[in-house]
Amino acid sequence: MYAYDEIDRTLVNERVSEFRDQVKRRLSGELTEDEFKILRLQNGVYLQLHAYMFRVAIPYGTLASNQLRALAHVARKYDRGYGHFTTRQNIQFNWIKLAELPDALEDLAKVGIHAMQTSGNNMRNVTSDQWAGVAPGEIEDPRIWSELIRQHTTLHPEFSFLPRKFKIAITASDHDRAAIKIHDIGLRLIKNEKDETGFEVLVGGGLGRTPFIGKTIKHFVHGRDILSYIEAILRVYNQYGRRDNIYKARIKILVHELGIEKFSREVEEEWQHIRNSSLQIDDEVIEDIRSRFSYPAYEKLPHMPDELRQAAADPDFEAWRKNSVAPHKVQGYSIVTVSLKPIGAPPGDATAEQMDALADLADKYSFGEIRVGHEQNLALPHVAKRDLPALWKALDKLGLATPNVNLITDIIACPGLDYCSLANARSIPIAQELTRRFANHELANLIGRLHINISGCINACGHHHVGHIGILGVEKNGEEIYQITIGGRADENAALGNLIGPGVKFDEVADVVEDIVEAYLALRERPDELFMDTVRRLGVEPFKERVYATR
Amino acid sequence: MTSPLEQKKIKIAGPSVVTANRTWDGIVVYRTAAKSWSADLSEAAIVRNSDEAKALLAEAVADDVGAIGPYIAPVQVGADGKIEPGNLREQIRRTGVTIGQSAQV
Repeated sequence: MYAYDEIDRTLVNERVSEFRDQVKRRLSGELTEDEFKILRLQNGVYLQLHAYMFRVAIPYGTLASNQLRALAHVARKYDRGYGHFTTRQNIQFNWIKLAELPDALEDLAKVGIHAMQTSGNNMRNVTSDQWAGVAPGEIEDPRIWSELIRQHTTLHPEFSFLPRKFKIAITASDHDRAAIKIHDIGLRLIKNEKDETGFEVLVGGGLGRTPFIGKTIKHFVHGRDILSYIEAILRVYNQYGRRDNIYKARIKILVHELGIEKFSREVEEEWQHIRNSSLQIDDEVIEDIRSRFSYPAYEKLPHMPDELRQAAADPDFEAWRKNSVAPHKVQGYSIVTVSLKPIGAPPGDATAEQMDALADLADKYSFGEIRVGHEQNLALPHVAKRDLPALWKALDKLGLATPNVNLITDIIACPGLDYCSLANARSIPIAQELTRRFANHELANLIGRLHINISGCINACGHHHVGHIGILGVEKNGEEIYQITIGGRADENAALGNLIGPGVKFDEVADVVEDIVEAYLALRERPDELFMDTVRRLGVEPFKERVYATR
Repeated sequence: MTSPLEQKKIKIAGPSVVTANRTWDGIVVYRTAAKSWSADLSEAAIVRNSDEAKALLAEAVADDVGAIGPYIAPVQVGADGKIEPGNLREQIRRTGVTIGQSAQV
C-alpha cells in the first residue's frame, strides 16, 4: 500500500470543499450547466441516461480494505447498493444525486480516495498491472513510477486542458496485463546493459473510432528522465494536437498523421530543451516514493502446504484454483483473482455487501489489500497458499468464486445502452446471454483461454477491437446491430481484430459466437492450441464461412 | 457546448416530447404543458411539428436550473392517448435498465 502524505490529504480535502461550493452555486442557479459541466467532469461526474454517474479513481488499481469499505458505503448510502468496476481501474456509481455528491466525495476523502483525473481532457488516472509488486520476474514495482507520474500530473495546469483525454499505463513484466499498447503512452519498465532502470516508451495507441496499436518511440529512457520525456511528448501533442475536431484530437491521430519518425524527432527536440531541468528526478525522490509503499511481512511458508494438498481432491476447488490462482514472487503465497463475472450477471458489478465482505477477507487473508484489474475483476495479492481452500469457500458464499478467469465467460463489457448516453446498443445483456450459453464449466475449460470484449458504441470502452472475439454494437435504422471481429488481443502482442462479415441482430449474437467457437474446436490442431493461435494460423475465412453459411 | 437551439434545423417525424435530466438528482424528466417538469411521461407536452418542438425546447433550455441537457425525443401516442417512448433508448430511460440482477436493486 502507498501512504499518502499531508500534501495529498490537503489537496483532496480542499478539492471536496471547492466542489461543494460549485455544486451549491449550480443548484442555486448562480452557475449555468455550461459553466458547471467542466467542473463536474473534473470531479468524475458525468450525466448518463438515467442519472448522474460518478467515477472514482483507484490509482494503479491498488485499494486498502478500508477504502473498499468506503466504496461500499458510497454504493449503499448514495447509490443503489452496487458499483461497476471499469476497464481503467476506476469504479462507477450509476445513480448518484448531484446534491449528495459533495458528501460522497467527503466520505471518500477520509480514506484518501477521490475522483480527480477520471474524466475531462486531462491526464487520466495512471493505470498499471494489477499484480504489480507481487508478480514473479517483475523488473520492479511499476506503481512507484505510476505514483511519480500521478503526483506530477494531478492538477498540473499544462495537462489539464489538453486537446483530448490522455491515458498512461505502465507494466514491469514480460506479460503485459496493463494493456500498455492501447494507451496514449505505454511504459514498459526495463533494464539497460548497465542494469539501470528505465522505460521502453510507446506512444499513439488507442481504440475508439480510429484504433491504433501504440508504437515504440524510444527504446530506453532512463528512469530519472521519464517525467521530462513524457512532458516533451505532451508538449508536442499540446502544440500540434487537433482541437478543432473531437474525432481527430487524440494523440494517436497526430502520431499517425505525422508518422512516428517525425513525431519522435519533434519530441526529441523538445526533450533536449527540458531534459536537464528540474524535471530530472533525483534518486531521493524515487526512494521517498518507494519508502511510502509498504509490503507485507511475509512468512516463510512451504511451497505445497498440507491444506492445499488435501483440497486438491475437491474438483470444484481445483477448477477454481486452476483459473483464479497465480504464482507469487514469494514462496508459499499466491495471487488470487476474484471473478466479478458470475454467470448471468453484469460484468464488473459488485454489491456493497460483496465489497464489505471482500474487504474483510482481504484483512484476513491478504494483508488488507485488494487490486483492481482492467479486465473488470478484483484480486487479492498476498494470499498464503495454506489459506486458499478457506478463502475459496468464503468467496463462493459471496458469489465471487466463479471459476472462469480468462475463460470465455470472463467477458469485458462497457455499460452500453442500459446506462450510457453515448451508447447506440446494449452490451451487458449480450454478455449475460453469452455467459449463460457457456455456463458449463467443462465446456468453457475445453475451449480454454478466450477473451470476449463488448462495446455498445464506437468509443470502445469495452475494448472490442482487442478482444479475441470483439463485439461492437451500432444502431442501424433504429435497430441494434452487432459487428463481430476476431483475432484482437491486448497483451504484449497486441493486435486489432478483423471483421468477419456483416453485422447481426441482437438475438443472433450469441448464436454467432457459438458458431465461431464450434468452428475453432473443429479446426484447432491440438487441445492446447488456443483460439488466438488457430485464428492466427488460419485467418478469418474459415470462421466467416461457418458463421455466414446459413445466414 | 452548442445549445440545442443553435442547431440549424429542428425536424420531427412524428409526435415528440422534450426530455432532460433533473438538475439536483439527475432523474429523467419530461417538459409539461404547464411549463414545468414531470417524471411521468404521461404528463409530457406533445409537439407535432417543428415550430412547436422548437418553442417547447426553447422554454426547456431556459429552465437551466430545473433540468439539464434537454432534447426532443420521439414518442408514440396510442388511440387512447397513451404515450409510449418512440425508440429503445427512450424506452430504457423511461423503464430502466434491461439487465436485471444488481442493477434493479
